[in-house]
Amino acid sequence: MSEPVLEIRDLRKSFGALKATDGVSLELRPGQIHALIGPNGAGKSTLIHQIAGSLKADSGTIRFLGQDIGGLDMAARARLGLARSFQISSLAQEFSALRNVMLAVQASHGSSFRFFRQVVDDKELTEPAMAMLERVGLAARAHIPAAELSHGERRQLEIAIALALSPKAFLFDEPMAGMGPEGSKRLTSFLDGLRHEAPMLLVEHDMDAVFALADRISVLVYGRIIATGTVDEIRSDPDVRRAYLGEAA
Amino acid sequence: MNRETTVNLLLALLLLGAPLVAAGMGEPFYVTLATRVVVLALAAVGLNLALGLGGLLSFGHAAFFGLGGYVAGILATHAFNAEPLVAGIPATTSMPLIWITAVVVAGFVALPIGAISLRTTGVYFIMITLAFAQMIYYFAISWPAYGGEDGLSMSMRNAFPGVNTAKPLPYFLICYAALMATLLLFRVVEGSRFGSALQAARQNGTRLAAVGIEPFNIRLVAFAVSAMITGFAGALYADLNRFVGPSMLSWHMSGELIVLIILGGKGRLFGPVAGAMIFVFFEYVLGGITERWQFFLGLILLGIVLFARGGLLGLLSGKPRHV
Repeated sequence: MSEPVLEIRDLRKSFGALKATDGVSLELRPGQIHALIGPNGAGKSTLIHQIAGSLKADSGTIRFLGQDIGGLDMAARARLGLARSFQISSLAQEFSALRNVMLAVQASHGSSFRFFRQVVDDKELTEPAMAMLERVGLAARAHIPAAELSHGERRQLEIAIALALSPKAFLFDEPMAGMGPEGSKRLTSFLDGLRHEAPMLLVEHDMDAVFALADRISVLVYGRIIATGTVDEIRSDPDVRRAYLGEAA
Repeated sequence: MNRETTVNLLLALLLLGAPLVAAGMGEPFYVTLATRVVVLALAAVGLNLALGLGGLLSFGHAAFFGLGGYVAGILATHAFNAEPLVAGIPATTSMPLIWITAVVVAGFVALPIGAISLRTTGVYFIMITLAFAQMIYYFAISWPAYGGEDGLSMSMRNAFPGVNTAKPLPYFLICYAALMATLLLFRVVEGSRFGSALQAARQNGTRLAAVGIEPFNIRLVAFAVSAMITGFAGALYADLNRFVGPSMLSWHMSGELIVLIILGGKGRLFGPVAGAMIFVFFEYVLGGITERWQFFLGLILLGIVLFARGGLLGLLSGKPRHV
């Protein structure tokens, strides 16, 4: 089996007495979509924050492409190829959709310390950015400020920004949140195609999407992973049924 | 041409035309008044880069304004007394050399101040920049070699090749050209990759970091460039008054620069120009009627903050749009 792209060992994070992450270990392998599910407050977003670098873990290691990234800040991790989307859309609100994606293209090119050439005429930025918007189906809205996009469009824009970074792994925190059934279905098939560009750690509440997409599922409850396995293994795991899915599943 | 460009052009023409007419009518006082507008506007253009584009509310830009002024004053004094500056380096009365020195000094002082201040945000950032500026202010007061509390008078204006700087109109034109060149630079930087990153840092620093750009580095460079422009304005201001004193370094000055930007329109290219025009106009007109003119300026500022967030530029030309 190939080396994991992302490898987390015994990660811990407490907020006072609350153990938000309590000895989590998990692996993300090439070509995989690894879904992270669990009830509200299980610590899924906290885990994503620690992987992305917006929160510092108390202990444990995070290795990405064989390198320990625990000491790096968010921007440095992003430069290594870790692209995230946010649970609550986090965009440059005054910038158009296109400018938001252009910023990611610019970041992936390296230097932002260029003071003269105008970005709006810079085809090295506009063309790749437009291509990403086309991929997520947002090209028609390219010149609308992010603040004026609909909720679903902002989710699409988050994905386009992540794509523009040509990342080595995706971290998606509830990309379907608040999307209608039609939008979720479209996004599900879109994410399905992404696994061969880069593996994906996917936090998602939409179980239809999770079961359709995931190669592996980890179930997080109270900061601990209580089960990891394939879709079928997780569906039939009695602990999981009790803790999370309910008898109906 | 969109509405903001038209408004900008009109402001630029008004600012150039008024002193030309005044000079033609033999009223040099108004030329000097217009030069004051231009130099204050230039100082605020510097702050506008940090505050308007980057969202960095520096309450210490008087430090850079004053440093630029002291560079001009100190170099001129040494040159006038024919004393070398330090270790045999000759002083100069050449404006271009003084400007370069002022810009470099302001930039070098801004880097450590920025590096420390930018580790904080919000009210702490405001307070730390203020504290640094006050340190420099008290240093200037307690340093008798360059006038201490009394400041430093220059017996004549520094020299610009081929221009009689002692006359108000030629000096106005030098300052006006400097302002226009800096505004052009501001516009170019705003539209560049750096400008994009800087504006993104203001709108959402987390987003910027998430794509792999360190907001801190972007902000630090912006802070330094901003200080350099304000330092340049300080050198021009010292030559305008043929005087530099600690008041240029005081927190009132920092506050004035912020007020100019808010009056004119934060982050707008001509915001500082409009702001300086309003400010000097009120200072002169209301100041002629009552000593308490700042009370009325305060009322206007209140009105703008409450009802016209975009300042005069916002009022005249609507919301800005980013393509």
